[in-house]
Amino acid sequence: MNALHPPALTGGEVYRIHWVLGTDRLLAVCHCGAEHEFEDPVDVWEWLLAHPDGHRPFDDPAGRDPGEEAP
Amino acid sequence: MTAFVRNQWYVAAYAHEVGRDLLGRTILGEPILLYRTEDGRPVALADRCVHRRFPLSEKPSRLDGDRVVCGYHGFTYGTDGVCVSVPAQRRIPRTARLATYPVVEQDSFVWVWIGDREPGDTLPPRAPWLDSSDHTVVCGMEPLDADYGLLVDNLLDLSHETYLHGGYIGTPEVAETPITTEVDDKSGVVYVSRHMDDAECPPFYAKSTGIDGRITRWQDIEYHAPCLYLLHSRIAPVGAPGPNPDGSDPHAFHVEVVYGITPSTEKTTYDFWAVARDFALDDQRVSDFLRENNHTVVMQDVVALNVLQKALDTEKPGYQELSINIDTGGLAARRILARMAAENAAPAEAGVR
Repeated sequence: MNALHPPALTGGEVYRIHWVLGTDRLLAVCHCGAEHEFEDPVDVWEWLLAHPDGHRPFDDPAGRDPGEEAP
Repeated sequence: MTAFVRNQWYVAAYAHEVGRDLLGRTILGEPILLYRTEDGRPVALADRCVHRRFPLSEKPSRLDGDRVVCGYHGFTYGTDGVCVSVPAQRRIPRTARLATYPVVEQDSFVWVWIGDREPGDTLPPRAPWLDSSDHTVVCGMEPLDADYGLLVDNLLDLSHETYLHGGYIGTPEVAETPITTEVDDKSGVVYVSRHMDDAECPPFYAKSTGIDGRITRWQDIEYHAPCLYLLHSRIAPVGAPGPNPDGSDPHAFHVEVVYGITPSTEKTTYDFWAVARDFALDDQRVSDFLRENNHTVVMQDVVALNVLQKALDTEKPGYQELSINIDTGGLAARRILARMAAENAAPAEAGVR
């Protein structure tokens, strides 16, 4: 992962989307810890707001790849 | 159109605009009369006489002490909206009463609560720089002939500075620097950070700060949906030390750009803009320069958004847009506004949902 901005908002349910430096990709981080990269911000919001559907806990390595999570 | 969000505070005017003259503003489609009582308290009432709907903000309506006298037939109202006098008869109809609006004066703005319930303990979001002895402020208000959602979209994505505001506040790096977006859905706050480590200094900042080389330029947007937009702008010469852990930041210049975004009608918006700086506090030339330049920049947005609104009005329903990475913050704001509007729909609208 590239260097990311430190968090600015401190609420309990904050979604974060990092534009990954040097790429055209967006890294979406849910407040539950699940992460996924996208190429389209519309897809980012569909995935984030679907929480908890398709989100796995941060400590579950499989959760890093929602491609595997599709039913 | 972008749905209105009720049960919110909105900037109705600058404090300095509200005085002993009658001021009319339409907010979320509601005509509102603003004035100040003899002891300095701001008042907000419905801006239509109950008799024949004459606007009380229009001449020859006038103040008589703290009472408003309709310029058409003389119906007279107190600050509580109750009619105390009608022409030629003693009996005053029971229903002769103007709606009143909760008002708060805060951070140099007069805020009005538009809603179906009382605000309770809810206060407007803060912009303390506008009323602080540590800052000097230039400000203005431009009416916009566009849906307020277009202004939100515009302000949440500053990559447009490079194109629409080139030569003023835009430089190539703005559009070329990636951003981080944070969203607190529950609080309705969108935060967008764009930190440029080594950027050209646009004239807006070169002439106001005196920096003549390249700069570190941070843009941190904090949008409190639906009504208040803050841009925390930090400018420092490249290589200058960053902020201290205690928050002090003596090697940088700070500009707080504040927008009160107040929907007026479905396709008109009040664009309240203010620029607060923490340097050259007493330098009138810097104030004049920033006022003129920021006004130019605001008008570039106003002209573009008016054109955009006209173009959108000719589109067929269901027209398509395309969003890319720069739109991440704007898309978040749209979703929050839609959710807030649905949760706070007027009772008649809510009934059909």
